[in-house]
This record gives sequence, structure tokens and C-alpha cells, in this order.
Amino acid sequence: MKFEPTIVAFLCNWCTYAGADLAGTSRFQYPANVRIVRVMCSSRINPAFIVNAFLEGADGVLVSGCHPGECHYINGNFMARRRFVLLKRFLEHLGIHPDRFKMSWVSASEAGKWTEVVKDITDAVKILGPNKIKREQVWMQQSL
Amino acid sequence: MSEKRVGVYICHCGVNIAQTVAIEELKMFASTLPHVKVSENYMYMCSEPGQELIRKDIREKRLNRIVVAACSPRMHEPTFRNTLQSAGLNPYCLEIANIREQCSWVHHDQKQATAKAKGLLAAAVSKAALLEPLEEKEVPVTPTAMVIGGGIAGIQAAIDIADSGFKTYLVEKEPSIGGHMMQLDKTFPTLDCSACILTPKMADIKNHPNIELLAYSEVVDVKGFVGNFQVTVKKKPRYIDETICNACGTCAKYCSIAIVDPFNEGLSKLKALHIPFPQAIPAAYVISPKECRFLREGTCRQCEQVCNELHAINLDMKEELIELEVGSIVVATGFDLFDANRKPELGYGRYENVITGMEFERIVSASGPNLGDLRINGKKPKEVVFIQCVGSRDKTVGNEYCSRVCCMYTAKHAHLVHEKLPDANITIFYIDVRAFGKGFEEFYDRVKGEGVYYRRGNVSEVYKKADKLICRAEDTLLGKPIEVEADLVVLATGMQPSTSAPEVAKLMKLSTSPDRFFLEAHPKLRPVDTGSDGVFLAGCCQGPKDIPDTVAQASASAVKAVIPLARGMVKTETMVASVHDAACRGCGFCVEACPYDAIALAEKAVNGDTKTVAVVNEVLCKSCGACSAVCLSGAIQQAGFTDNQILSVLQSIGKVY
Repeated sequence: MKFEPTIVAFLCNWCTYAGADLAGTSRFQYPANVRIVRVMCSSRINPAFIVNAFLEGADGVLVSGCHPGECHYINGNFMARRRFVLLKRFLEHLGIHPDRFKMSWVSASEAGKWTEVVKDITDAVKILGPNKIKREQVWMQQSL
Repeated sequence: MSEKRVGVYICHCGVNIAQTVAIEELKMFASTLPHVKVSENYMYMCSEPGQELIRKDIREKRLNRIVVAACSPRMHEPTFRNTLQSAGLNPYCLEIANIREQCSWVHHDQKQATAKAKGLLAAAVSKAALLEPLEEKEVPVTPTAMVIGGGIAGIQAAIDIADSGFKTYLVEKEPSIGGHMMQLDKTFPTLDCSACILTPKMADIKNHPNIELLAYSEVVDVKGFVGNFQVTVKKKPRYIDETICNACGTCAKYCSIAIVDPFNEGLSKLKALHIPFPQAIPAAYVISPKECRFLREGTCRQCEQVCNELHAINLDMKEELIELEVGSIVVATGFDLFDANRKPELGYGRYENVITGMEFERIVSASGPNLGDLRINGKKPKEVVFIQCVGSRDKTVGNEYCSRVCCMYTAKHAHLVHEKLPDANITIFYIDVRAFGKGFEEFYDRVKGEGVYYRRGNVSEVYKKADKLICRAEDTLLGKPIEVEADLVVLATGMQPSTSAPEVAKLMKLSTSPDRFFLEAHPKLRPVDTGSDGVFLAGCCQGPKDIPDTVAQASASAVKAVIPLARGMVKTETMVASVHDAACRGCGFCVEACPYDAIALAEKAVNGDTKTVAVVNEVLCKSCGACSAVCLSGAIQQAGFTDNQILSVLQSIGKVY
């Protein structure tokens, strides 16, 4: 059975979530591995959410918001950026490969970029294989 | 806590969802999820019978949380909130699973799409069970509007809002309103005199009791939200008091500095102390600070001495910051013309008989530098070539879009040449002729009937041979290269977003589409709204348009801008942060994280003790949730996006079903 990763994506309502909607309206195709969680701003995303997503079995986590300087809430995405640069380093200490976590900036009009971002992280996580923390056991059970 | 009774409603959206997501399978799956009492599907959930299905179940099956699996919440969340409300349920007890834009439309494989839809639906159900009813609050609206940009779009929007009875501020960055339309000679296809139809509207701006014109001013800051914006406008020093100046023009006679006249596209000269054009509003002179001898070198002041009766000139004038309170904003910042220097192969800037369309307008205009006499270097051109799509439909300069006006203005130019110089040979090089508007095709036919030679092909080079210009192109209908002689080449330059657009976008939190024009909230159904509530778009700032479309859009955005003003109240954000006082440790992290200064620390009596806790000002809170993310004790929570709600989503969304 081919490994199909699960990617949890936290998207801000104003830019990337709207961009992902536009990808739909434009009928762009991208891997079905990504599951989107809507938040109003990338600054809402507590680093604990990312870790939790991995603990719940996500093989990859994506955070995407408005381009730096274009935040709907003045500077929320700068706060998020600072936070997740640190988190990326910290993930290694938790035994999670940092490449499983990705941050990107996709505006409401960048439907094409959104599909590329999804393809990129899906491919990257496919190479890394299942998330060791929880997913491996689930995967083993299913393959039996 | 009362029992959670969740109803799940899955929309087919015709075949939009049903063709990729197995609806029956999804429906069966939903009925197995915790708290779900009803699992239904329907062809169009948003239709009246679809909504009635939900209302009926709320009443009869005592449902208290509703999950709709359908299109994006950005599309129909308000629709279904109203459905809940009309059935007596709090509108915020609704969660939407986006299985159309983010599932059925982006995946072909039915198995994968259905599995994903299950994950999204399970997440929505688990979040719905944790949703709490929220209360909507209303605050009063400042009954004034601001229009940014004094071209035809801004002028029309300002007049319409003012006519509705609301005070309107019109902010224009140039010394006079009028914009590009004022520069045009005639308008297509009716050949109305552009200035003649515009100047009465400009006079209306000046005379309207509800309009306050802030010319030579720029918006530098916008704070607040729909209904209650606080705007800072920088009024640049004009050095002449526009309320006193009677435009007699005596002062200009004594000014010795000549500058390039931007209104005439640089084809003539002006004094540093000048009136932008004779019909300018405000009808007052202005001093160009970069060129004025006194302002540059500190000596002169001749003009001040001349104006010794009115004393309108004040060379010590300083820039002023004006604070305005407005309820809604119309952005009408217009466009810039494509810079023809970016296509050096066409010879613009190298040969003086290669000109742009706007330069042609000024030359043929009776108020222009030639007083309407079509001569180049004193000679009447015999061979005139027009080149279309300069800077439009051209990926090499980054402008993929069609500018929509050039085909018709070129046809108009050709007609004007024919009228002024009946013996001239006129050739138009085009890629496609787009004559889509009312009366356009008829006008195009008329121009062709006047002997104008339309040749399909993109000119690759313009070069000089003896005293003629040669336009080299491939005639794509003949399928062979051709060369056409010309005495005058007119480049139909297209439209680009105004250079001020990025700054305006930042101030008003506007998005831009890939063509760099401002992005509307919905391309079909909300064409003048933006992502920022209370901010609307008019005219070419949203995309290239001709004058009728611009005026129509301006009136549309005026009505939109009037809605909150006429209602008098706007709803505040509902999904605001709130503090659990007992858990709050008063650290103040949230106070630092809040971009809107909506949180402050205060002493409060909690469980009999006095302690320092965070207090949220709900009117200032914009529902970003930044505070919730930094709270170490989980005391401050954004309604609708609490830690528990998001964690419950994470528990179910990633599972393999």
C-alpha cells in the first residue's frame, strides 16, 4: 500500500484560505492529502497546535498567511513568523523532522502558488515517510 | 450544560460536490459521529427548501448545533447564520465544512476526495459540539464618507453619496480634481467633448453643500473599522490660499521659472506658479515647490508682492495634518498610463513623431498646446500609423491583461485624423479588435468605412529611413512581413495600477489581484466591495475600464458606502476575545500581542480577592486571536476559535477514515 501522508494546514482567513478557495473556483488540482484548518490570523496559531497536530497523527503541518507587511491585522504574520522560526528548531528536539513543518505566504489571489505549496510539502513528506510519533502505529495496523 | 444535538446537512451543489464526493457514504459516516442526531443531504442547501430543511429540524428535532458541509464559509456563512437565526437558534451555533472549494473542486479521485470530506466533516462536527452562542452588538456610525481620488470615478461617487444626504470628503492628491478624463479631447463612441461633460460635475463638487474637497492632499493613515474610521489626511502646502485666490493670474506673469506641463503630457511649458488647467477645481493657482525659486534658493518672493490686494500668496505655508472621522470609504485612485519608454523598439523617446495616445489627445484638443491643430514639427502628417496593445496583453512587460479602452480610443483617434486631415492614409496595427460596449462595434464599422486600414499584426520595430518612419510587422492575415511608412506613429498605451496603489493598499488593507489592480471581494457578486468592511472600489483602481463603466461602478460603490451610513449602526466583531478572570495571572503578554491596543491590565475583584487581570475592550477587538496564542494559562480565548475548539478539530481532521 502506497504511503499517503496527512498534512494539516493552518490558514489565515484573509489570504491563504481565500487563495485556497480561489484554487477551487479555478479548478486547479492538488494532492488530497492536505486538510485545512481555518483561523482568522496566523498569529492565532499557538505552537502547541502544531505539536498537537503531529501528536494526533499528522505527517506534515503547514502554516500559511498573508505576505509579510500585508497582514489583515497589522502585524500578526510577523508574530507568527518569529514564533515558527523558533518552533522549527525545537521540533527536532521532539523527534520530528523539521522538514515536516513548513511556513508559506500565499495571498488571496495566489491560487497557483497555493497548489504549488501543497504539492511541495506533500512530496517532501512522502520522502520522509510516516510521522514516527503516532502515525506509524496507525499505519502498521492498517497495512495488516 | 444542555445536551448537544448536532444536525449535519450535506449539499450536493448540483453535481459540483456530488460528482467527486460520495454523498450517501458521507451522510452515513456523519450519522456515526458523536452528538449527531440528524444527517441529511440535499441538492442545494442554500436554496429556500434546503434552508427550510434545517429550520424544520431545529424546531422539530430540537437541534442546537448545525454543521453544513457545502461551499466555503467565505461564500455562504452569512446565509446559513440567518437560517439558524430565523429558526430561533443562535447564529453562531453553525460550523461549515468546506467540501467544495477545498475538496470536490480540487481533487478528481472520488475515493480520496470522499476520505478528505469525511475528515473535514468530522472536524466540523467536533468543533460544532464545542461552539457557544455569541451575542451580536451594534455601535453607532459616523454619518460621513470619504472618497479617495478625484477623477471621474471619485467625482461621481462623491456626488452620489453627498446627494444621499451625507457629508463627503473628497481627497485628491493633485492640485485639481478631474483626473485623466480631463485630459481627453473626445470620448468614444459618441464623440462627446470630454471636458464639456466633466466640468459641470467638477463644479458640482465645488458647490455641493455636503462635499468638502481636500485637493493637493493625501491620506496618510487609516484607523478604526466600518462605521468608525479615523483618517489622517496630509494637506500639502499650495503656497496660495485657495479660499482667497480668484485665479486672476497676475502673479503667474511675474513668475520667471518655466516647468514642464504635466497636464499637456510635457508638450508645453507652465510657470512654477500656475493653474493646472483653466477649468481646475479648486480654481486657484499653486506653486510647485521643487521648481519655485524662492522655495529652492530662498530669494524672489515676486509673486507675493504682486498679490498685494488679496494677499492670497503665502510662501511660508506649511503642510497640515487633518483628522477626519468617517463611516465608509470609497477608493478611486485610478490608473497610470503604461510608460512607452519600456518598449524601446517602438522608438518612443527617440523619434519625436512617435507619440502616445494621451499625447495625441492633447495635440488634437482645442485646449491643448497646438489648439487642436494636428501638426508634427509644423507639418501635417500624410501617413499615420497607430499601434495597439502597447503595454497591454504583453507578458514581456508583465501586463497580461487587456486595457479595454485602447481599441476604441484608437478608432476614435483614427476618426479624428480623418476629420482633420481627410487626405491622410491611416493604418492601425492590431492583435484583435475588442469592440464590446454599447455602440462600439457600430463606431468601429464607421471608422473602417472612413478608409482606415486595419492590419492584423504586432509591430516589432519602428525605425527611421530618410525622413520617414518605418513600422515593421508581420501581417498575420497575409502571413508575411510588411513595412509601412509613417510620418506619425501613435502608440496605444494601456493602463497600469497607479504608482500610489501599493501605499493605498497598505493603508486600507486591500488585496491586489495578479494584475496588481485592487482585488474585489467577489468577482461576480461583490464587484465593488473589498476584503475590508466599509471600504469600496470605484473605477480603474480595480481594473481597466472605460468612462461609462467607471461611472456605473462609482455609483454602485456610492450606494454601498451609503448603506452603513443610512443604517446608522454597524455590528461589531462578534468573535472577540474574553478573559477567564480566575485563570488570568496578569502577565500582560496578551496586552503586548494585541495589534489594536484592545487589551489592558486592570485591578479586578475575583473570587473575593483583588487581582490584576487582562480586560478586553470589545469595540476595539478585531478578532485576530493573537492574544489567545500567547496566553500561557489559556485564560484569554477568542470566541469561535478557542483552544479547545481548535484542538478538537486537530483530533479528528487528520484521521484516516
